[in-house]
Amino acid sequence: MTPQLAWRVAMIGGVALIAFGLVFFRLWYLQVLSGDKYRAEANANQVREIKVQAPRGEIVDRKGRVLVGNRASFAVKVTPEKLPEDLSERRDVYERLGKVLAMKPDRIERKVDPQLDALPYAPATVKQDVDGRVAFYLMENRDDFPGVEPEQVFLRTYPEGELAAHLVGYLGEVNEDQLADERYSGVDLGDRIGQAGIESQYDRFLRGRNGASRLQVNAGGALVRPLTDRRPEQGRQLRLSIDLDVQRVGQQALGDSLGAFAVMNVRNGQVLGLGSSPSFDPNQFSKAIRQSDLDRLTDKDNGEPLNNRATQGAYPTGSTFKLITAVAALQGGLVTPDEVVYDGGSLVVGDVTFENAGGVVNGALALRQALSVSSDVFFYKLGQEANGTTLIQDWAKKLGLGRPTGIDLPNDLPGLIPTPEYRNEGFTEYERCVAKQKPTPEEISFGECGFLDRPWSVGDNVNLSVGQGDLAASPMQLAVAYAALANDGKVVQPRLGQRIEDSSGRPLQELEAPRARKLDIDAAHRQAILDGLRAAASEPGGTSADVFAGFPIPIAGKTGTAEKGAGRADQSWYAALAPYPDPKYVVVTTFEAGGFGAETAAPAARSIIEELFGAKAGDPPAGSSQD
Amino acid sequence: MHASPYGTSVKGFRDGAGPRFVRMDPLLVLATIGLLACSIYAIASATKGDIEGSPNFFVYRQAAYAGVGLIFMFILSRVDYSRFREWQAGLYVGMLAAIVVVFAVGTAARGSRRAIDLGFFSFQTSELGKVLLILTLSAFAVDRMRRLGDRETTSRLVLLALVPAMLVIAQPDLGSGLVYIAIATATLFVAGTHWTHFAALGGLAAVAIVVVLVAAPAAGVEVLKPYQMDRLTAFVNPTENPAEQGYQQAQSLVAIGAGGKTGRGDAATQTKLDFLPEHHTDFIFSVVGEEFGFMGAALVLSLFALLIWRCLRILTMAKNLYGSLIAGGVTAMLMFQIFVNVGMTVGIMPITGVTLPLMSYGGSSVIVTLMALGLMQSIHAQAREMALTKGRDIAL
Repeated sequence: MTPQLAWRVAMIGGVALIAFGLVFFRLWYLQVLSGDKYRAEANANQVREIKVQAPRGEIVDRKGRVLVGNRASFAVKVTPEKLPEDLSERRDVYERLGKVLAMKPDRIERKVDPQLDALPYAPATVKQDVDGRVAFYLMENRDDFPGVEPEQVFLRTYPEGELAAHLVGYLGEVNEDQLADERYSGVDLGDRIGQAGIESQYDRFLRGRNGASRLQVNAGGALVRPLTDRRPEQGRQLRLSIDLDVQRVGQQALGDSLGAFAVMNVRNGQVLGLGSSPSFDPNQFSKAIRQSDLDRLTDKDNGEPLNNRATQGAYPTGSTFKLITAVAALQGGLVTPDEVVYDGGSLVVGDVTFENAGGVVNGALALRQALSVSSDVFFYKLGQEANGTTLIQDWAKKLGLGRPTGIDLPNDLPGLIPTPEYRNEGFTEYERCVAKQKPTPEEISFGECGFLDRPWSVGDNVNLSVGQGDLAASPMQLAVAYAALANDGKVVQPRLGQRIEDSSGRPLQELEAPRARKLDIDAAHRQAILDGLRAAASEPGGTSADVFAGFPIPIAGKTGTAEKGAGRADQSWYAALAPYPDPKYVVVTTFEAGGFGAETAAPAARSIIEELFGAKAGDPPAGSSQD
Repeated sequence: MHASPYGTSVKGFRDGAGPRFVRMDPLLVLATIGLLACSIYAIASATKGDIEGSPNFFVYRQAAYAGVGLIFMFILSRVDYSRFREWQAGLYVGMLAAIVVVFAVGTAARGSRRAIDLGFFSFQTSELGKVLLILTLSAFAVDRMRRLGDRETTSRLVLLALVPAMLVIAQPDLGSGLVYIAIATATLFVAGTHWTHFAALGGLAAVAIVVVLVAAPAAGVEVLKPYQMDRLTAFVNPTENPAEQGYQQAQSLVAIGAGGKTGRGDAATQTKLDFLPEHHTDFIFSVVGEEFGFMGAALVLSLFALLIWRCLRILTMAKNLYGSLIAGGVTAMLMFQIFVNVGMTVGIMPITGVTLPLMSYGGSSVIVTLMALGLMQSIHAQAREMALTKGRDIAL
């Protein structure tokens, strides 16, 4: 062999060595270093998962009565890759399907096409809530309906309809933000989750774990064999503190008026009733809601039925606020329980005269009588005296106004306690706006620059002392404030959720109420105020004495009538604690256009208290109570 | 060559007039049999469910091809390969005729005419052409040995190879055509052609590639079928779309990767559920990778390495230039096919439709490869004989 040949053979050998090395290391990289990744890809190749929806947990009242349940139904879907590719064949399928579903083929197309455009590989829904017989027919005649698949779904049912609609809330399809939120891990695109009320607040308990039918398929997409299914797990049952009977009575008491009520155990914050009117039927949301329906539910002229006035309402509270003024004045040393003040029917502050409602003259009175007859002048004077400090505002805040109540519902809004700072800053803003934009008087009247058209004055504090002016609070907040007084200064957080249970009602987890804040209120002061409220509901001349005449349950209660500006009817309030002297429940009712509190709100509260204690007018006075 | 430590005993054995087949290279035989066994084992596993009712359809056939091939190998190993040099003109014409006849009577498979249907199996003449080309090109090179430096010698030899290569590519069988070109290159290389000739040929090849892949399509002339173009370029961008060429390669990567260190055995879903295309032919190595993992793939690669090593060794010990050139051609053919095929399955080479020697299912490929290895054994046996008669010792 020549040396030249030897060289050249060596070179061929070298090329072989390099090539073998390359392949060897490539294999090492693919199989040893990236094996797990490719194995996952291989598995994803061959396993198709068909989602099996898990039913949500039911929501029951404190006695186990169903507020929200489920109904098994079928949705008919089409799977794009299994539909015939040929358009006329596809049309034939739609034609046949239309006959079964009583839909025109055109409508099926109009319904399906946009969905397939949006998500090309996901099944598109043709019809929701199809009868079981139709679904079984489609399954039995699968060959005639290529690509058509009925899927079992569970639809939410709300057997009580409009009752408690605001607090249980409703479902809606999960949105993109929620999909990215880790609170919704395990939720897939297209799933329906709680979007309001308890359904939203306790979604992670209520929602089940979707199961899957798992199929092994080959490269052509044909079924090879079924794999072990993952069974769906129903969500947990949630027991609320709501009493359906109390809720029903409260809702009936509101009638067709715009208004709200809140019923709470003052000791532990358990909410027994919470309603808002007008209400809506959450069944509308169990399938995708029509836009026209949604528009109607959010229409202002229609009373915005979706708005939960009990927790999101922001109103001046009228005289029911006097309890807070009284606590502030007593604790702040502006007045003692027995100090007598002369009520001459009006109080002149600067160049403004503040009058009692109806211009009555109450004469000399101390705190108890002032609460009983609801003397405005008595509290005007306290408001005037407190001006320059934020004594009343501070106590209002301590008692739970101007801050979220902590209730277990979404959109727990703070409301507003007007302070000099709030008004003065708002006015600076207003002046700057007027100087800059130079609005016409008409524009100003429409609030172009807001409505804070003057700085804080003593009159604002006088107004606040009787719950008028810029004050904005919800019935729930007022209930918390009253409960604090009845409960030795403990400010509870209202709770609806009581217990997580399995689907047969066995307890799994008690939902502990958060610790209450304790306020330091002198016992004598507390008792003086309670006595005043008791007198208001029982003694001659008391503002709600007539309403509760002969009522077997001893009540301490306060009426409220909030003025809402010229041309608008007054808002009526009633806040009651029962039974006196050791209250267990607080009941707050409000009617947006109810006039005097004693005329509408107090009777409503009375019906609720009747139901709470199972008592009727004329029954013997009962000190005992039942849950 | 240094003396083997076993020299004496081997010589003694041979002096005792032992059977002639021990003159075969035992390690080359080992690699050959080993690869055939791996092939049958992998095909058995991969095609179990392919044909309903006869799970061993492909296994029996591959075993039969291997048997026939081994007989050819044995016969050829007993023949003095030098005789083929005398028949070179006839062999060359026969080769061309065999390739051309396919155009006339060939059976079409997936849009290309490559095989003649012989009833019991369809015979791909382009495979046989590889061996015939090696024999004829080597003979031509030996004849022109004295004028090796002439440009004319190089260009004639290239022309001799290009004619069948182009005919094969026109079938269209791009993979075999490229193998022909690899054989011609190896023949020139082993013969000792000057570097400048290679440089010139390289330049021409580059121009040809540009013309075929870029210029001609731009001018509207279709040199390669569109699918061949796609296959050649697809490995640059693998895809998930089964309709596209890159899909095969993507699935092959997943299959091999999923095999991991020790393989997935019966859970090899890429193979068993047909995600892997052509799993018993072009992509047999992916099957080995998925079912037997890195261990299995490394074993097969090692057997190939052994094969190439023995071939190179036989090249060096050939008794004459003709033998060296044949050995060079066979080695180049095997190396090219191994690396192009395995490279394709692991995603570093384009898809060209080249089979994996001895591993891929298919009678023509298996039998012709075994015939080529028979030639190698013949070269080995002749070299040993020569050494014995000259009284020289050759290391095993």
